Amino acid sequence: MRSITFQATAWGGHMAGQHVDIRLTADNGYQAQRSYSIASPAGRGPHVELTVERVSSGEVSEFLTEELRAGDTIELRGPIGGYFTWNPSISSPLMLIAGGSGVVPLMSMLRTRNQADNKVPAKLLYSSRSADDIIYRDELDRMAANRDGFDLVHTLTRGAPTGWKGQTRRVDRDMLAQCGFQATEEPQIFVCGPTSFVETVADQLVSLGHGESAIKTERFGPTGDKR
Amino acid sequence: MTDEVARLDGNAAAGPLGRFFAFEATNLRVTCASCGAETVLGRLHLYRGSRAMILRCIRCGEVNLRLLEVGPSLRLDLRGAALLALGPEPATAAGAFALEAV
Repeated sequence: MRSITFQATAWGGHMAGQHVDIRLTADNGYQAQRSYSIASPAGRGPHVELTVERVSSGEVSEFLTEELRAGDTIELRGPIGGYFTWNPSISSPLMLIAGGSGVVPLMSMLRTRNQADNKVPAKLLYSSRSADDIIYRDELDRMAANRDGFDLVHTLTRGAPTGWKGQTRRVDRDMLAQCGFQATEEPQIFVCGPTSFVETVADQLVSLGHGESAIKTERFGPTGDKR
Repeated sequence: MTDEVARLDGNAAAGPLGRFFAFEATNLRVTCASCGAETVLGRLHLYRGSRAMILRCIRCGEVNLRLLEVGPSLRLDLRGAALLALGPEPATAAGAFALEAV
């Protein structure tokens, strides 16, 4: 996992939840293109940050995590995607559910909320394999410590360290009912992660009474080759 | 690999669709030519191959849009979509940028 920061002098700004497409061309003309979520807050900040998970045999992620150096320039298209985006001017509670590196676009939303001093109630339910796999752990802890209406719940699916205070199982209906907003609170819901995770969570949210149109999903497939 | 695990969201087609449309296309409302259901494009079920993306109706599974790379050109087949409607959502246009890592 690597977070890469780029100078954004020419960047026109973005919304929380958008992504960029990066296409690499090898010397022999072979091209590979992948999409990566933007992790930095919305707007026209001085930097654009991408968080990239290295996937085995993923040519683009391998280049970005292993070979890219400070001072290198890469070409990308963006910002892309208007559907899976959070508009901070809407005051409904914000319910975020992440599986693994699916937390990246949701982090952009939380950073946007934090930076704008936005007090809309927000919850993040974040499922990771182990404590070592949690991305942005310290920053999320600091956000939760602000006690400004943001609640953070971690769950670990493959064992927890001694003294772990969070959940220790896959996200299920009971956990969503306990840790999330009630359907009557009419939250905006964003779910991002591997396809099977997203589909299970979305079905459970519907069974808890949340409207399908309130649930926005971003599946990144079985292999994690997105992001 | 089953269909279920290979499925993505229409949002993943935003990049190639941006080559056809001057506005952000994932907020388009797509009316299925088969069952008549209207769905925001970003919610359609997307299946991706190495040179193609197909976007299917979430109600009946009909292929609403097909994106196909043929050599250097990109084709958008809209036969499965009866209607595209553009909402009042703010449009954002993607651009090409060269960004320096710091």
